[in-house]
Amino acid sequence: MKNENSNSEWLYTISPKGKFVDFNFKEIWRYRDLLFLFVKRDVITLYKQTVLGPLWYLIQPLITSVIFTIIFNGIANIDVGSNVHPFLFNLAGVTIWNYFAECLKGTSDSFKKNQNIFSKVYFPRVIMPITVVISGLLKFVIQFLIFICFYLFFAFRDKAGTIDFSALVLFPFLVLLMGLLGLGLGMIISSMTTKYRDLTFLVSFGIQLLMYISAVMYPIQDAVEKIENNFPKSASYINPLIENNPLAHIVETFRFIFFSQGEFSTQGILITLVVTMGITLFGLVIFNKTERSFIDTV
Amino acid sequence: MADIILKVENISKQYRLGLVGTGTISHDLNRWWYRIRGKEDPYLKVGESNDRSTKGNSEYVWALQDINFEVERGEVLGIIGKNGAGKSTLLKILSKVTSPTTGEIKTKGRIASLLEVGTGFHGEMTGRENIFLNGAILGMTKKEIASKIDEIIEFSGCQRYIDTPVKRYSSGMTVRLAFAVAAFLEPEILVIDEVLAVGDAEFQTKAIGKMQDISKGEGRTVLFVSHNMASVKKLCTRGILLEHGKIKFSGEIDEVLSIYQKAQTSTKDYYVKESSKELFLEMVKIKNETTAFYSKEDIPFELKIQSKTSDIRNRFLLIRVLNKLDQVVLTCEAPLKEKNIYEFKIPSGTLVKGNYKLNCIIYQPAVSQYDNVQECCEFQVLDNIKEYAHLEKFDIGNMYVPKNWIQ
Repeated sequence: MKNENSNSEWLYTISPKGKFVDFNFKEIWRYRDLLFLFVKRDVITLYKQTVLGPLWYLIQPLITSVIFTIIFNGIANIDVGSNVHPFLFNLAGVTIWNYFAECLKGTSDSFKKNQNIFSKVYFPRVIMPITVVISGLLKFVIQFLIFICFYLFFAFRDKAGTIDFSALVLFPFLVLLMGLLGLGLGMIISSMTTKYRDLTFLVSFGIQLLMYISAVMYPIQDAVEKIENNFPKSASYINPLIENNPLAHIVETFRFIFFSQGEFSTQGILITLVVTMGITLFGLVIFNKTERSFIDTV
Repeated sequence: MADIILKVENISKQYRLGLVGTGTISHDLNRWWYRIRGKEDPYLKVGESNDRSTKGNSEYVWALQDINFEVERGEVLGIIGKNGAGKSTLLKILSKVTSPTTGEIKTKGRIASLLEVGTGFHGEMTGRENIFLNGAILGMTKKEIASKIDEIIEFSGCQRYIDTPVKRYSSGMTVRLAFAVAAFLEPEILVIDEVLAVGDAEFQTKAIGKMQDISKGEGRTVLFVSHNMASVKKLCTRGILLEHGKIKFSGEIDEVLSIYQKAQTSTKDYYVKESSKELFLEMVKIKNETTAFYSKEDIPFELKIQSKTSDIRNRFLLIRVLNKLDQVVLTCEAPLKEKNIYEFKIPSGTLVKGNYKLNCIIYQPAVSQYDNVQECCEFQVLDNIKEYAHLEKFDIGNMYVPKNWIQ
């Protein structure tokens, strides 16, 4: 009896195996200041000792979009629809895609990159990948502003303002989903790379491959039709990859908001929502499991 | 009933030795196969105790095995042991950096750990920004840090540089700043690895003083790991001696320290047959059978010096007596003579109660050191002289003085 009494007094218990799902959201909340300070650190140290500073964030999406426009619209003749310039179309895709790529790249080596801190002091490890996703927002905002500039330019030149204002409410939601997908996948990869390093090589390659099935430089509808016509045999394998890809739906919806064209499918958004939640939860679980033992394996 | 704030129950930690690479997936699969059948992990059985020097048969070792202890509120517990005894592993488990293989730790307070100073410091950020970041990493909230920032800056002694990026700091300054943050942590339980060995002498004294304030003044519970016996003795009230991952002894800090010292230096008489040295000590031994002496006895030693040259002018034999904290208590020096056997006698009533050893050096001032026997002939003085005999348990320092100093 006495034992039971004293057991309830303990504030924390450190034990070998936690429950399968063992999130301590209260603890993460208690460390919110740390999260904030890490984000601040990232922001402060971002431009230090670079000559062009934030300009780099301009150059990368712009050049990528120009090249996409030349290759996919100039050479490959992808039809992006009538009320949008192909360059703007690609810039939109690249902008939202970059946020995902940044999150995934930044979080996928959470354990390895922070090995020094993690081996010396405890705080909820998940703070680190969350930091990446939040400070990635800054970069996204910069790139998004560039996109808006070009959007306005084209809107005045071609007299075609086509924002779907009712869909605009979806915008923050889309960004959140992108961040969560990057976070979830990144956490899964970072957990697995602690033991099996091979995955590190897959990350940048994998991101590139993912981009091609994520509707970044083509509208989903157009692509699906073309594949069906040109490769009738393998269309049943390729098309589901695009149609059920949550990333493709996010990119497509993002463009729908600004160009009022393309596909807006509620079903696609639902798929995205479910998959994102699934990946994020799975990521949290596996990350949580890894954080207890990774110091011994890394 | 004593207020137990931390309870460690059956903590064990297993590590796999050698290259992690081939075999891990197969072991993982095997482990997983056992687990889904509800069986015990097969690799948990094969571990051996962790003795660094002997080669084991198993590639799994127990870095810690069945560690049990309790800490009361306000207690300062010293954890000592040789390299590889499991001290750092224990601290890592306590600070949640890694999880134990078996067992449980229960605590009634927040644990903050200081396994390193300056964790997470970023060179591009200013001292002030780093104080906030480092403080938050160690578990403080922004509000807590903001309320203490002036004290922290003052304690670090880096006022002038506080708004300069840390990469412009000298390494000493970085460490000062980092320790200053740590010193103002206010958890119920503080876990400290050997971080006091930083900075210059002035700062070290300051740091130890601050540690004493934390433990004695503010009644905080501290777990302290160090190789510096003097600071362990100064700070801790109770101690745990770890050996090969197991608790060898726990109790009053003085007792633990003396057991550790005995185990550590089993230095007895010193003999050497051949040496390439020109002049060397062939033998240093205690002349009596025993190594324990009462204060009323003389303590005689015998030394034998071999010389390959006949020129022994201006060569000296220097003998130092060290106490168990490796501090020099006294030194005696004499020029070498035309003989081999020397005698060294510590007269009765010279040394206070405690454990001692000798350090013998043959040298020629400002020219050369011929031989240096670091530690030998450990011996013990069992009691204090009559006048101070009643101060058995009390630290009376290193020397006796006549009572008539006080009039």
